[in-house]
Amino acid sequence: MERSDQTPIITVESLTARFGSNTIFQNVSFEVYKGEIFVILGGSGCGKSTLMKHMIGLYETESGKVVINGIDVTKADEKELKKVRLDIGVAFQSGGLFGSMTLAENVALPLQEYTDLSPEEIDLIVKMKLGMVQLAGYENHLPAELSGGMKKRAGLARAMAMDPTVLFFDEPSAGLDPITSAELDSLIKSINAGMGTTMVIVTHELQSILNIADRIIMLDKTAKGIIAEGNPKWLKDQATDPRVRNFFNRRVPEQEEKGT
Amino acid sequence: MNSQKTYTINSQGEKGGEVSLSLSGRIETENLNTFLSETEVLLMEKAPKKLMVNLSKIEYLDSAGALGLLQLEDRAKAKSIPFQFVNVTDEAKRVMGLINRGALTIKPLVSDKRADNIMEQVGESSLRIFNDFVSIITFLGDLITALIYSLIHPRSIRWEDLLFYMKRAGVEGLPIIGLINFLLGLIIAFMSSLQLKQFGANIYVAQLVGVAMVTELGPIMTAIIVAGRSGSAFAAEIGTMKVNEEVDALVSMGFDPTRFLAIPKVLAAMLVVPVLTLYADFFGVAGGLVVGVLGLDLTVYTYVQETMKVISIMDIVKSLIKSVVFAVLIAGIGCQRGFQVRGGAEAVGASTTSAVVAAIFLIIVMDSAFAILFTYI
Repeated sequence: MERSDQTPIITVESLTARFGSNTIFQNVSFEVYKGEIFVILGGSGCGKSTLMKHMIGLYETESGKVVINGIDVTKADEKELKKVRLDIGVAFQSGGLFGSMTLAENVALPLQEYTDLSPEEIDLIVKMKLGMVQLAGYENHLPAELSGGMKKRAGLARAMAMDPTVLFFDEPSAGLDPITSAELDSLIKSINAGMGTTMVIVTHELQSILNIADRIIMLDKTAKGIIAEGNPKWLKDQATDPRVRNFFNRRVPEQEEKGT
Repeated sequence: MNSQKTYTINSQGEKGGEVSLSLSGRIETENLNTFLSETEVLLMEKAPKKLMVNLSKIEYLDSAGALGLLQLEDRAKAKSIPFQFVNVTDEAKRVMGLINRGALTIKPLVSDKRADNIMEQVGESSLRIFNDFVSIITFLGDLITALIYSLIHPRSIRWEDLLFYMKRAGVEGLPIIGLINFLLGLIIAFMSSLQLKQFGANIYVAQLVGVAMVTELGPIMTAIIVAGRSGSAFAAEIGTMKVNEEVDALVSMGFDPTRFLAIPKVLAAMLVVPVLTLYADFFGVAGGLVVGVLGLDLTVYTYVQETMKVISIMDIVKSLIKSVVFAVLIAGIGCQRGFQVRGGAEAVGASTTSAVVAAIFLIIVMDSAFAILFTYI
């Protein structure tokens, strides 16, 4: 419940990722502070989602380390990884909901697995979580019966089931209309404000970034690493790096070169 | 995870009077059940006139903990006990503010109850079977239309795909079809020889194996193996395309998905299954030959002669007609089940299973129909 302070909850040090001989990024280092909304930003194909998947231990790391709540996930054994995973929640791009289960069953799954709450209590928590993401009443719906925005919110409800200290969110705005996207942004902000949950969000939606981010890092495909770090408003107005300026001003690099 | 008690409840006040509960420590998901049962017992024991809950010493409250507090309030109010939270910290206020109490009591928009009345269940199942039948007939109509169109306009056929599926369903199936039919011929010859030996009728083993393989087992076994190998693959492929919205994209671009996706598969099956059937017949007879030569002291020449005696060209033609019909059934059902997919990965799995089961069922039904048809024609 602690609000944002300067205590790092995630530390990434000299992380390098490769797919075969293709280097996605190298020597990436940054810290995520407790209680902040941290955005990993960058153009398509720069490795944002790959970085997130490394952070949650889904991919094996080439070199470097990722420390979450004091545990290095790149070297952690299964037991430690499980501990870390119980403390984090991940909302996938498409919701990642199990198609054969209702929303209630999807959200209840971690609670059934990791707590000894009674079915009635779990039912109540599920209703509460679905209510938090404005999906009250949808518990018996199957994911296939929901719209894209609803799937994302349901994915968020499942990610929040165990009240994690860190929530990872992959492309919350992707494929959503501006209003649904803005609703999701305000939901993320209210959860962060209400619960003090640290949010790590992977996105390239400019409006979203300016609305919600406390701090951002920007990855670049050609640099294969971080090219900017800081407050989004400051970066938008003050950044000197042309790649960052282009991104925030939605400019195609060639156009600028031609103009100058 | 075992629930550990990480909070304490300090109760002050007489039974039946004003009671104050001072909570301290951590109230969270893991101890929600103990918190709820403990407070329930306190409510019963104290039966207070008024209940005040002091939250000033709470160190940590997660959303489940906040839910527990709100539940306590609801329970007190249900017993008409005036209730009040006192010294609510900002943190607790924020977490409690996230909970939409209306959401806890709202009725599900869709009932999770299935019909428990047996008549309703029978009705639902009958409707499902009827709808399935309608969908198969509709697809069959589409398929026949598309087949006729393709025969009139051969350039509209996706020849590359056709060759690809001929290789997949045909060439790649040769080893397993050969092996299974060889073993089948071997088993029939061996089992029948045990009986026929008693009457010194070893020589008839060749005829028995020949008739059984060419008229019935060759076409049926081949069709069943193709249904398992290729029918399921067709269903899974089209089903996954449906899930990934690829079929929708095809439609939006003006393509006819049946002509685009199903025709190459159905045509490929119609071309390769008869060839596979002949191949299966040959291996079945070869299996019998091995038993005849090694176990029954027949010569290769005698065995082949006896086989040729009972198999007519018409038997082979009939077997090929059957196999073409089986091929249309297998590929058609596979594609139809694929197009039926709605939802996610689970639906693709279900369509694959259903494609194989339905294809095998229809193969047997059609084979029975052919048995009657060929007897009277």
